[in-house]
Amino acid sequence: MTTSTTRTPGDSALEARIGMLLKVGVYSSAAVILLGGILYLIRHGNETPNYSTFHGVPDRLNTLSGIFAGAIHGQSLAIMQFGILMLIATPVARVVFSVFAFLAERDYLYVAISALVLAILAYSLIAL
Amino acid sequence: MNAIEFSLLIALASMLAGFLGALTGLGGGVVIVPLLAVVFKVDIHYAIGASLVSVIATSSGAAAAYVREGYSNIRVGMFLEIATTVGAIFGAYLAVFTPTHAIAIVFGIVLLFSAAASARRRAAPHASLPADRLAGLLRLEGTYPSAGQMQSYAVRRVPLGFGLMFGAGTLSGLLGIGSGAVKVLAMDEAMKIPFKVSTTTSNFMIGVTAAASAGIYLSRGYISPALDMPVTLGVLAGSLIGARLLVIARTNVIRIVFAAVIALLGMEMIFSGITGRL
Repeated sequence: MTTSTTRTPGDSALEARIGMLLKVGVYSSAAVILLGGILYLIRHGNETPNYSTFHGVPDRLNTLSGIFAGAIHGQSLAIMQFGILMLIATPVARVVFSVFAFLAERDYLYVAISALVLAILAYSLIAL
Repeated sequence: MNAIEFSLLIALASMLAGFLGALTGLGGGVVIVPLLAVVFKVDIHYAIGASLVSVIATSSGAAAAYVREGYSNIRVGMFLEIATTVGAIFGAYLAVFTPTHAIAIVFGIVLLFSAAASARRRAAPHASLPADRLAGLLRLEGTYPSAGQMQSYAVRRVPLGFGLMFGAGTLSGLLGIGSGAVKVLAMDEAMKIPFKVSTTTSNFMIGVTAAASAGIYLSRGYISPALDMPVTLGVLAGSLIGARLLVIARTNVIRIVFAAVIALLGMEMIFSGITGRL
């Protein structure tokens, strides 16, 4: 750990790993969303979508348990929603990773800051 | 129009938005809501949800590249994310209680601001000033690659930047956008962080900020998968192509045209909000 204006030695390695984590997260979520989307268009392609009035999506698509259950049963909407959950989880995973990376660097101030950001994210996701 | 035609049209329009957003650095997210609401007559709550999901995809995709190039300041990003995530949760709750026409008007104002911010010419680099005490304590200073060598910079006015970031987070949660323009303003103008570091760190922060309101959007039923699918995949594909072409394209003309489109959409949103058509 340094206190000067230079970067800590671990910074570039940390950056490379964060970059990889984000890339894997985005591409794998996009693949799942695409898979669900293809299934959806094969099964429901001829239906007429209507989003002009807000009803909210059904409960089975806005809770973790509902989405998991639907995705396991191969429901196309639930698979797409699962991909969206993976996408939301990607930046969250980046914060989790940062907590441990700062811990490894013994940078306790930033361990605390990352943990605080993680707690705020957890608060917003707890409603699921 | 059946689901296949609808999805294809939305995907193509989103791809164009993502492409232009990446090419001009304005981000595609800001036009998704007006595009869906004004052109495709999608309810604004679904539109905001779809936009927010696409924002997470593009910002994480772009951040992956920038982080590895060493521009983003991870400490600055992490520290300011305290403000943006709290703001995002506040904004997401506000979105639930704010009438649709008011959201449309605020959105229009933000679009006009984004268009104006993009038209502004880049000022000269910040003079090297001493860092603030708080910035020193938080070790926010950093270095970035410039003209073949690592250039160091100090960070100033941390409380002002932190406050602006809370505002950026609130707008992000209320409108389902990345609010990159406000984030860059906070870092570049208030905290005197170099422009390139500000834009890439902003991008790095957008995903976490959006994730903070995404949980609330999801549980409120704003995230409609069959709508978000073509939007997210389209914007992501468009922004990846845009980022590839960035090096060879002359972006100034495109930038002005896109800023004009954003301003027009902003006026349309304000008009629709006032007349209660949204």
